[in-house]
Amino acid sequence: MSVVQMAKIKTPPPAPVTDAGAVAAVRAPVSAVPPARDTVRKFLQWILPPVLGMAVFVAIWAMVAAVSDLPGPVKTFDTAVQVFSDPFYDKGPNDQGIGWNVLMSLSRVGIGFGMAALVGIPLGFLIGYFGFLNRAMAPIISVLRPVSPLAWLPIGLYIFKQAQPAAIWVIFISSLWPMVLNTAAGVTQIPQDYRNVGRVLNLSPWKLFSRILFPSVVPYVLTGVRLSVGVAWLVIVAAEMLTGGVGIGFWVWDQWNNLSVQHIIIAIFVVGVVGLLLEQAILLMARRFHY
Amino acid sequence: MEKFVQVENVQMVFNTRSGRFVALQDVNLNIRQGEFVSIIGHSGCGKSTLLNLVAGLTEATSGVLLLGGREIAGPGPDRAVVFQNHSLLPWLTCFGNVYLAVERVFGRDEGRATLRKRTEDALALVGLSHAMHKYPHEISGGMKQRVGIARALAMQPKVLLLDEPLGALDALTRANLQEELMRLVAGAGTTTIMVTHDVDEAVLLSDRIVMMTNGPAATIGKILDVKLPRPRRRLDLTDDPAYNRCRSEVLKFLYERQHKDAA
Ligand SMILES: Nc1ncnc2c1ncn2[C@@H]1O[C@H](COP(=O)(O)OP(=O)(O)OP(=O)(O)O)[C@@H](O)[C@H]1O
Ligand SMILES: [Mg+2]
Repeated sequence: MSVVQMAKIKTPPPAPVTDAGAVAAVRAPVSAVPPARDTVRKFLQWILPPVLGMAVFVAIWAMVAAVSDLPGPVKTFDTAVQVFSDPFYDKGPNDQGIGWNVLMSLSRVGIGFGMAALVGIPLGFLIGYFGFLNRAMAPIISVLRPVSPLAWLPIGLYIFKQAQPAAIWVIFISSLWPMVLNTAAGVTQIPQDYRNVGRVLNLSPWKLFSRILFPSVVPYVLTGVRLSVGVAWLVIVAAEMLTGGVGIGFWVWDQWNNLSVQHIIIAIFVVGVVGLLLEQAILLMARRFHY
Repeated sequence: MEKFVQVENVQMVFNTRSGRFVALQDVNLNIRQGEFVSIIGHSGCGKSTLLNLVAGLTEATSGVLLLGGREIAGPGPDRAVVFQNHSLLPWLTCFGNVYLAVERVFGRDEGRATLRKRTEDALALVGLSHAMHKYPHEISGGMKQRVGIARALAMQPKVLLLDEPLGALDALTRANLQEELMRLVAGAGTTTIMVTHDVDEAVLLSDRIVMMTNGPAATIGKILDVKLPRPRRRLDLTDDPAYNRCRSEVLKFLYERQHKDAA
């Protein structure tokens, strides 16, 4: 993936491709099978820039580390080997392997995000379908959406009196909006052609939903899901720093208290890689719904 | 003449960003049951607009449209539409697209096996048995149009509304489908309104040809009775004087209208 592509991720998916020409253009590169030598060259052209980029990055890191207290790549790598050699140890609630910490964070994200999906996607459908509801919800959503997710943490702590549900609550709130808004946008953008098919056939509400509304909105829903998971994963680290318990965010905080900067750097990589994997998994799923 | 489809004093105005746009004005048309009527006119004159009004997809600004004496209040499966851009649902296979319509019309009285049979028959009719389980993006433009036609025919509608249904087809497929269409609607006695740009197609298939003037405020300029005996065979007609008279009359209308506008 290139940086340019990353920037594009925030935009909603293009309207489902109905134009035969556009589809052909997408498919064309696959059909041309280059000879073996070309394949090797293509592979090198493909792999070289990212490898080079990484190398430059590590070099700069090493240079900065040489003139400061920051642990360098080698030192960090040694620590990482240690950390990952036993990711699932368990020495009481405040000292567990990085694997447990990541899994705990993921489970909070999963629960909070799952509940947000259960609420947000149906709500998005209703808002997109009923203009009245859209107008009614607009002021509430516009005011609440820009609020930093962490601002909801005290409310969560106050309501639930416990760290765990409060962290989940923050995830819930922060991943709600992208799903509501994208689903609603998807519903309002169902092509008139498809609506007309439903109208000519005079379909029952259930058929209309299952055969026309839902399938045409799925790509938008998945965009919402992807943005939501991204936000949730961003927020969980910060939330756990504040709430404590087992989790990658708390782990970072704990290492800061131990003044173990290598561990913090490792955590940053782990958070980044997990976030990337989450995003790729959803992109993979979304591809199946690209008609 | 008993009237089945009645279009009376219909006016259609669109509210556009640059103000009111009068697309149709004073349109009057009566169509008998079982009649085949073609609408021909220059691009953008309002043919699709008129068809949508009969379909009930849009509402006339003023005037009334009746079907069998009752006002057309909205769309319904008794008026099947073959859309200009085929409008297949991309997430359903060809079979699924046709089946959705079949199920809607006959699902109440028939079992699944019968519904499947109807769907398969409809696709066989347009020569697409082999592509039945393909998705719309996997087939050509002409094939998509044929699925659209199969979907409409399978509904056994009272009125069949066709918006340039054969536009994207090669000459041979087109000729075959024209004959197929002629046979089917004659057999079922389906009242048919077809928009077309093809003069030969209009003359071959129609009982009457409705020629529209250019927009804005387009209206029916002239109606031509095509008094050729049925069944019609393309090859017999090519040097039939009556056929050629009809043909040149339509051409003359289209040509002169264009001229008048240019002057
Ligand atoms: N929803 C709409 N809003 C505004 N103007 C419209 C709308 N639909 C159609 N028009 C206008 O009405 C006129 C007639 O359009 P219509 O689609 O009926 O033409 P047509 O005869 O079917 O053309 P073609 O042969 O190219 O399909 C055009 O000038 C078009 O711009
Ligand atoms: Mg048209």
